[in-house]
Amino acid sequence: MHKIFRIDMTDLKATVETVPEAWAGLGGRALTSTIVAAEVPPTCHPLGPNNKLVFAPGLLSGTAASNAGRFSCGAKSPLTGGIKECSAGGSAGRIIARLGIKAIILEGQPKGEGWYGLIVRKDGVEIVPETETLGKGNFAVVEDLTARLGEDFGVITLGPAGEHLMAVSDISVKDPDGKLRSFGRGGLGAVMGSKRVKFIAIDPEGVANLAIADPAAFKVANKAFTKTLNDHPVSGQGLKKYGTAVLVNIINEAGGLPTKNFTSGQCDHHDQISGEQMYDNIVARGGEPTHGCSVGCQIQCSQVYNDKDGKFLTSGFEYETIWALGADGLIKDLDIIAEIDNVMDDIGVDSIEVPVMFAVAMEAGLLPWGDGKRMLEMLREDIAKGTSLGRLLGGGTAAVGRAFGLTRIPVVKNQAIPAYDPRAIKGIGVTYATTTMGADHTAGYAIATNILNVGGKVDPLSNDGQVDLSRNLQIATAAVDSTGLCLFIAFPALDIPECLASVVGMLNARYGLSLTGDDVVALGKQVLKTEHAFNLAAGLGDESDRLPEFFELEPIAPHQVKWDMDPKELATFWSF
Amino acid sequence: MKITVKLFATFRQGRFKIEDRDVPVGTRVLDVLHSLDIDPADVGTLFVKGRAVEVDRVLDEGEAIAIFPLVGGG
Ligand code: SF4
Repeated sequence: MHKIFRIDMTDLKATVETVPEAWAGLGGRALTSTIVAAEVPPTCHPLGPNNKLVFAPGLLSGTAASNAGRFSCGAKSPLTGGIKECSAGGSAGRIIARLGIKAIILEGQPKGEGWYGLIVRKDGVEIVPETETLGKGNFAVVEDLTARLGEDFGVITLGPAGEHLMAVSDISVKDPDGKLRSFGRGGLGAVMGSKRVKFIAIDPEGVANLAIADPAAFKVANKAFTKTLNDHPVSGQGLKKYGTAVLVNIINEAGGLPTKNFTSGQCDHHDQISGEQMYDNIVARGGEPTHGCSVGCQIQCSQVYNDKDGKFLTSGFEYETIWALGADGLIKDLDIIAEIDNVMDDIGVDSIEVPVMFAVAMEAGLLPWGDGKRMLEMLREDIAKGTSLGRLLGGGTAAVGRAFGLTRIPVVKNQAIPAYDPRAIKGIGVTYATTTMGADHTAGYAIATNILNVGGKVDPLSNDGQVDLSRNLQIATAAVDSTGLCLFIAFPALDIPECLASVVGMLNARYGLSLTGDDVVALGKQVLKTEHAFNLAAGLGDESDRLPEFFELEPIAPHQVKWDMDPKELATFWSF
Repeated sequence: MKITVKLFATFRQGRFKIEDRDVPVGTRVLDVLHSLDIDPADVGTLFVKGRAVEVDRVLDEGEAIAIFPLVGGG
């Protein structure tokens, strides 16, 4: 991969650049965060001409490596005001990598009211005015572009929420089945919308096998790597069968399932919204319990969920979404939850931020608890259409909470807290507080060690060892996010030493390097420090590395625990 | 004494979701696993009162034991 495509939306000109030496060894999150830190003024308005949207495949993307089909998207976030990197599956990342493109940088801002589509080809980018798909949902955009350009194009698209520049909007990516995966968090859709780009289509014409410095060694390392994925019970069996929603029951049992806008740690109807129930419904209705979001996925945590008549309802139906709608918002019917999931995909909003926002709106009295029908109406009639109410809701959890004068607003750096209560699972609280991303469980998944007994055991109710645990996980995650490997490889990586060793082996064989595990850790540290420096310069100082105060004031059942970590201890997170 | 046994994920197959049982005083979690033909090596997490416990934990009257295989997500 040797080219950078830079698309200047101010002058509507695209250029192809060679990769600067300093970026040669970077990919995925390491590259998007390095480019954003180097080229975006930290104090700029996220929706103004100085912000940039960067797409980058990982260091192993486009190769034969298992589970390497993910790619990264970064910018300054309109939701958090800090740096943002998201990872998504789908087909586009692999095509971009196999066209030899190391990164696509979208910058500037066009004058006037017109919208554009971008067609990325092997040798350059065509910028074309777009009218046809405006106002349309992501599924219709994908259908339209498939008809216009062909089945095999990669598609990156924006729903109506992104066109309205909402802080909850995401960016969608067409997957191998023509369905959607997304760069979910932090309002990246609004950044793409602010550049007035409705879609980016990637022409696969000219894709080539990537040069591998030592093909034999690569094959051996990939085989060993794949074996660890198949051998570990979580990646080899658990995720395949039940998907991530298997967590509903276990997190409920542990007393860490935030319920009714974070007022309890257990939910009465947990079994109705569990992975076990989801699996039974899928099998009974002819869906697919086991499905991959991208080419080369071995773990296959995704699924196709049908309604009672066997018609498609949603795919990629994840724990966080089911938790947020089912437990946090008290919607008891898994079918309505699935329908809402699909509508959120279609209008292009973050399926964590929006349901958490709705639970806050329920507490504010804007709609009844558990009313999925009303939520669907508000999604379709208000958020998608950009009414005044829709724009308030589209501002996210923090905006809605503030508008109604609430104090129980579960956000860090304005981003909604996901599916694990930090009072009952303290390691994840450290991650929420300290990650550069705003509340994000994937940034340092302490649940593994606090609850799931993966990578050792650390008592979830004690503060001891949590900062070290979260730091180690965040460093490793930043490195994995730079490879294009799906984060779920972390389960075998935490338990089976050959897993990471074979990832390092693949990196060395691909690029002709002699990296060690320490070099990979150093890369992770460098990524975090780069992001932290950006946030500090953007005005997100140490005092923003905090959980909301209500966690310190309100104990949560069943353990009756509060968040009680000394801020001084929390501040030691950055001592590396 | 009475205890409640809750099973999850693959452990439900050919067994049950939840069952009340009469067991002798002094019954350990391990005894419950044996009675269900569950290999302790396949167990991921065991919870009593929302706290992780080990297989040698002795159960008290009225307690519920939740038994999970090694699962994960995120
Ligand atoms: S495990 Fe899930 S998220 Fe990861 S690549 Fe496979 S389907 Fe995508």
